[in-house]
Amino acid sequence: MSDPTVKKNLFSVGHTGCAGCGQVMAARAVINSAGPNTIIANSTGCLEVLSTKYPETAWEVPFIHSLFENSAAVASGVEAALIYLGKKDTTNIIAQGGDGGTADIGLQALSGMLERGHDILYVCYDNEAYMNTGVQRSGLTPFKTNTSTSPIGKASLGNVRPKKPLPEIVNAHGIPYVATASIAFIQDLQRKVKKAISIKGPKYIQVHVPCPLGWRHESNQSVAVGKLAIETGLYPLIEYENGVLTARKIQPKPVEEYLKVQGRFKHLLNNPEEIKKIQEIADNNIRKYNLKAETAPQA
Amino acid sequence: MKEFLEGSQAIAKMVKLCRPGVISAYPITPQTHIVEELAQFVSNGELDSQFINVESEHSAASVVLGASATGVRVFSATSSQGLFYMQEVIFNIAGLRLPVVLACANRAISAPINIWNDQQDSVPLRDAGWIQLYAEDVQETADLHLIAYRLAEDKNIMLPVMVCMDGFTLTHGIETVDIPSQELVDKYLPPYKAPYKLDTENPITIGPLVDADYYMETRYAIEQTMKDVLKAIPKATAEFAKVFGREYNGLIEGYRISDADKVIVAMGSVCGTIKDTVDELRKKGKKVGLLKITSYRPFPIQEIYEALKGVPRLAVLDRALSLGSYAPLASEVRAVFFGKKKKPSVISSFVAGLGGRDITKDSIKNIFSMLTNKERAGEFIDLKPELLQEKYE
Amino acid sequence: MFGPLIAKAGSSKANKTGSWRTDSRPKFLRKNCIGCKICSGVCPEGCIIDEEKNNYSCDYAYCKGCGLCAVSCPKSDIVMVKEKEA
Repeated sequence: MSDPTVKKNLFSVGHTGCAGCGQVMAARAVINSAGPNTIIANSTGCLEVLSTKYPETAWEVPFIHSLFENSAAVASGVEAALIYLGKKDTTNIIAQGGDGGTADIGLQALSGMLERGHDILYVCYDNEAYMNTGVQRSGLTPFKTNTSTSPIGKASLGNVRPKKPLPEIVNAHGIPYVATASIAFIQDLQRKVKKAISIKGPKYIQVHVPCPLGWRHESNQSVAVGKLAIETGLYPLIEYENGVLTARKIQPKPVEEYLKVQGRFKHLLNNPEEIKKIQEIADNNIRKYNLKAETAPQA
Repeated sequence: MKEFLEGSQAIAKMVKLCRPGVISAYPITPQTHIVEELAQFVSNGELDSQFINVESEHSAASVVLGASATGVRVFSATSSQGLFYMQEVIFNIAGLRLPVVLACANRAISAPINIWNDQQDSVPLRDAGWIQLYAEDVQETADLHLIAYRLAEDKNIMLPVMVCMDGFTLTHGIETVDIPSQELVDKYLPPYKAPYKLDTENPITIGPLVDADYYMETRYAIEQTMKDVLKAIPKATAEFAKVFGREYNGLIEGYRISDADKVIVAMGSVCGTIKDTVDELRKKGKKVGLLKITSYRPFPIQEIYEALKGVPRLAVLDRALSLGSYAPLASEVRAVFFGKKKKPSVISSFVAGLGGRDITKDSIKNIFSMLTNKERAGEFIDLKPELLQEKYE
Repeated sequence: MFGPLIAKAGSSKANKTGSWRTDSRPKFLRKNCIGCKICSGVCPEGCIIDEEKNNYSCDYAYCKGCGLCAVSCPKSDIVMVKEKEA
């Protein structure tokens, strides 16, 4: 049976992502928005492992996987080669990695790529832990999250550090476009990818991608959970264009609504002191990014 | 054209003639001059190449990996700690069958930190699946880069090549070097045509996850290719001799070994010193010789066997260690003769020249005189025992 | 000759992940569909065919039964039905 939708997806069916996986939702939206004239350099992680198990690959565009921390550097090399060949103007380059592969082990290569000003879009799929290796804590794991290397126990309530402010760090490099996005607003993500691709220079988009397995929610709740992250102010949806900030306004919901729908925060629910600390994080975001809507929320 | 050049300059000029499209490296002594010369060529418009200044060696190797995967000829250079930092990318490049050429200015490794010459950086990387070639003098260092590209880009080989040159000795030493013309280099080295690459016209996935059902064959394939490289190197050097008039065997070189009683086996610039010492001792009637190994990987087992099977005593000179076991080159040379009927009666192992300690003609004479019927294992030459007296309590 | 090193674009189509479904599958009622394409956007597999409004369908050879389409449809035009009944 000839299947037009399945054929036109540049990230094909048949990958081995978990049912309800937020990351593959985002990855498909990203590459479909970028189009077939795109080369992808991808770090080791969930996305690479679930989409390129030999002899099968879900990618319909040229795709290279090298190591865990170097997709930004590999992409830099691809760009240099395309410039040498005179093909750069007709080809987009996307470097991709998870939160661990970007904020932690990949930060050096990312910083170098940004500093050198390569015409590359870096997409960070933020599921807030090293999911592929079994839900270990990363630099983007939120405060008091239960992960396998910041587990809750008699002496601990989980990860003691807040998320590394990676979009801010990236923006401090002075690049033309930085954005956060979420699978809860797929069309917004598509718009941001298209906008980024149209700009020359280094671009960064960090996509919040709920993980049913690691966050412990039902597979059909990925979008709902992602939406609550934004509506509580815990994951601000922002854009920096040449350093100028715009943010998606919200009518803030209390953080407890977000925490209670995920098993990874279950241990906090009867702990008003900890919830207060997390509410402070959300309130700081709302203040800092001016997230509070004056009127009803946007459609 | 003959020029009086510092080794790094000679390398840079030869690499420039090879027309790399992307160059990326990170500074480390004593490789720096090579890359600085290339940067100058690019900034003068003499070399059409994308020169990428990266933030680490790991990224330098990753940049050339990405560029090579996009079908472009590339070059990088490093030493010591830099080579170790990029080690996982080194293995990655070989595994992906990318024809990267890398200059390694051999330098000692930390700790303790030491910037001077030995081979403790490249020798531990011998398992990586790269072709490893060791140069004796500046001319050979330059020539091996051209031969390296020719080997690497052979579509039946498609393996990266590490050209190893003793740091400072061959990078900063000044010699008369014949730098060929662009026409001759183009004759020897055609433009690179990648058998597969990142190309939107023909999308493929490079570097998939390969599980237990599929992985082993990729490693077997590299091992088989290494056997083919043993045949490809003499072909490449024979062709080189035709075009440029300079003869290299490329695998090994026997110097006055045919009637020798004692032969030293060695790699790198020390071979020049050994040749001079051999000549001196021969004048005094001593039947000595040198077997120089150029290709450490692939290791020319058969060629070494044939060259040395009739020599009564061998001394293997290592400028590297495999701490806790036999010295690396010594263990491989000994393995060549294991189980054979005709073989040397003594194979002694010597370690010298670590951390830039000079190997002089006296050191070589010392080795020859220590090459008796009593087999020696890992004997350190020119060691200063008084330095081991210090206590730290 | 180099062994298993390169994968051909889109070859994952050979992997029929529909076999993962154990419980339920989406049913497109086609009564109130407004063609908004939210379902095909959120489907992690990309197996919803959204060419004609009110005539959407799912390629069950790949559907893993996650239920996101049913939850996301603003017109509740998709329901999850048990596999046994389908």
